[in-house]
Amino acid sequence: MDFSLTPAQAEIRAAIERLSARFDDEYWLARDRDGQFPEAFHRAIAEGGFLGIAMPEAHGGAGLGITEAALMMERIAASGAGMSGASAVHINIFGLHPVVLFGTAEQQARMLPPLIRGAEKACFAVTEPDIGLNTTALKTQALRDGEDYVIKGQKIWISTAQVADRMLLLARTTPLDRVHRKTEGLSLFYTALDRRFVEVRRIEKMGRHAVDSNMLFIDGLRVPAADRIGAEGAGFRAILHGMNPERILIAAEAVGLGRAALRRAAAYANERVVFGRKIGQNQGIQHPLARHWAELEAAFLMVLKAASLYDRGEECGAEANAAKFLAGEAGFRACETAVMTHGGMGYAQEYHVERYLRESLIPRIAPVSRELVLSFIAEKILGLPKSY
Amino acid sequence: MKLLVPVKRVVDYNVKVRVRADGSGVETSGVKMSMNPFDEIAVEEAVRLKEKGVASEIVAVSMGVAACAETLRTALAMGADRGILVETEVELQPLAVAKLLRAIVEKESPRMVILGKQAIDDDMNATGQMLAALLGWPQGTFASKLVIEGDQALVTREVDGGLETVSLTLPAIVTTDLRLNEPRYASLPNIMKARKKPIDILKPADLGVDPSPRLAVLNVAEPPRRQAGKKVASVAELVDKLKNEAKVI
Repeated sequence: MDFSLTPAQAEIRAAIERLSARFDDEYWLARDRDGQFPEAFHRAIAEGGFLGIAMPEAHGGAGLGITEAALMMERIAASGAGMSGASAVHINIFGLHPVVLFGTAEQQARMLPPLIRGAEKACFAVTEPDIGLNTTALKTQALRDGEDYVIKGQKIWISTAQVADRMLLLARTTPLDRVHRKTEGLSLFYTALDRRFVEVRRIEKMGRHAVDSNMLFIDGLRVPAADRIGAEGAGFRAILHGMNPERILIAAEAVGLGRAALRRAAAYANERVVFGRKIGQNQGIQHPLARHWAELEAAFLMVLKAASLYDRGEECGAEANAAKFLAGEAGFRACETAVMTHGGMGYAQEYHVERYLRESLIPRIAPVSRELVLSFIAEKILGLPKSY
Repeated sequence: MKLLVPVKRVVDYNVKVRVRADGSGVETSGVKMSMNPFDEIAVEEAVRLKEKGVASEIVAVSMGVAACAETLRTALAMGADRGILVETEVELQPLAVAKLLRAIVEKESPRMVILGKQAIDDDMNATGQMLAALLGWPQGTFASKLVIEGDQALVTREVDGGLETVSLTLPAIVTTDLRLNEPRYASLPNIMKARKKPIDILKPADLGVDPSPRLAVLNVAEPPRRQAGKKVASVAELVDKLKNEAKVI
């Protein structure tokens, strides 16, 4: 069992570290304050060819796996970019995986290169206001009308919809009462986000102000059938393929964020002198930081295990969920302790850790709650009765 | 025109360097290593010359432990065409490096060797000059601008009084200063392509060079810690302290 990175992985990690270092904590603090999308950062990542890390080489990608993508996302978050930096590129890394797996050659050639070049941004329009994680109950309808579908419905928590050009949209094409299984009758589309028919309303939220989260009100959006990914009614299966990569990547981001917090906390504890000694000399300060280091390392091992299973085409649901759970918790605790280590200064924006703490709630909550992760593991791994 | 660009693996410029407890050198185990920043500038300049059509091939060369291959990969990802690794466990000093480079120059016949003016680890600022002397080639050191016109290299140098431009007849040696250019970041597709570019591995003996050190390092120590400052109440007190305590006036 070899835990070391391959030379290529180490090089990618170093390259993304250098690129991220061009955008320091002051940049991210400024974006958090003004709420502007980090365009310069997104452009730098796109120009460096990193958006296509897990996309096929034939369409301008690097053809690497989720393992490499996870290593990259961890480094982006750890640079101090946190969830702001990670979320600015996150969906573009794996979101179009259904197109890679189920799209036609024509669709791939049309959809993937602009995304990889950074010429277009995508958002992921799946979640709806009233259904939570009960995805098969979603209410957005796509009604066939000649060569088009006409879409009507609402979506919520759609990140980057303010700046996105396109959206990956899941909608019901056959009503629930006319399908055998509720997972049937959903179809997936990748189409233009035409603001004449889609109202994008920003949700004011706790943190990650640079990357918008939105309500979408879709009314009469016409989508050509050519933008449907895969067969009609087979959208749920297609979207499921993106779930595990998403969990793995967000877990990697949580670890990176936690590491950024620990780095700041350790630096502060090494400088701050009270009662004639550095506060970092006190075990009361040291032990929580050391504990979180251990927790983050352990969580990242689970991230990489899940990623490596996924890349080998093996079942990784439990591992991806466990990685998301462990990393979300470890990242949050590291950020919280980093604030407490700074004392009063931890509450001041200029020390950055309060921003990290606000962002650390995201991977705890999204894309799936801790409770559902545990329910999943209880049912699938421990063989207990399904609870929901 | 073929260019040769030597690249050195050094402790990353962001790392806070620590001296080994026994005073034999600085700690490098478990420390992040990168390409010497002045060498990055040299690679960048070579790649720009190739992009302008002035250069046709860029050969990057590194010397030292096997891990120097990774430094070569960085150069290849930036745009060098192939690499040469002179692998040795011996700690290489500037004269040994210059002799090894001379042997490679004789093998490869480049028209120009572009080197960093110095490495940020030992700050020797010697290899380029030594190589020029060994080869009997003209040298333009501390280049802040490089223009190739026919068989002439015009090198603008940063000197104390301002800028000095020298004209060298190729083949020549150029060493790079900080302001020559801003090195590019290797893109992911180029990093992947670089992994398929060839790296030849040689031993010093293959080049007929004995790389043994000629200088013995007696001791490496950290600089004394900066003393706390003192506040003075008046100019008179300041002058008194400068005269009698610091003894600088």
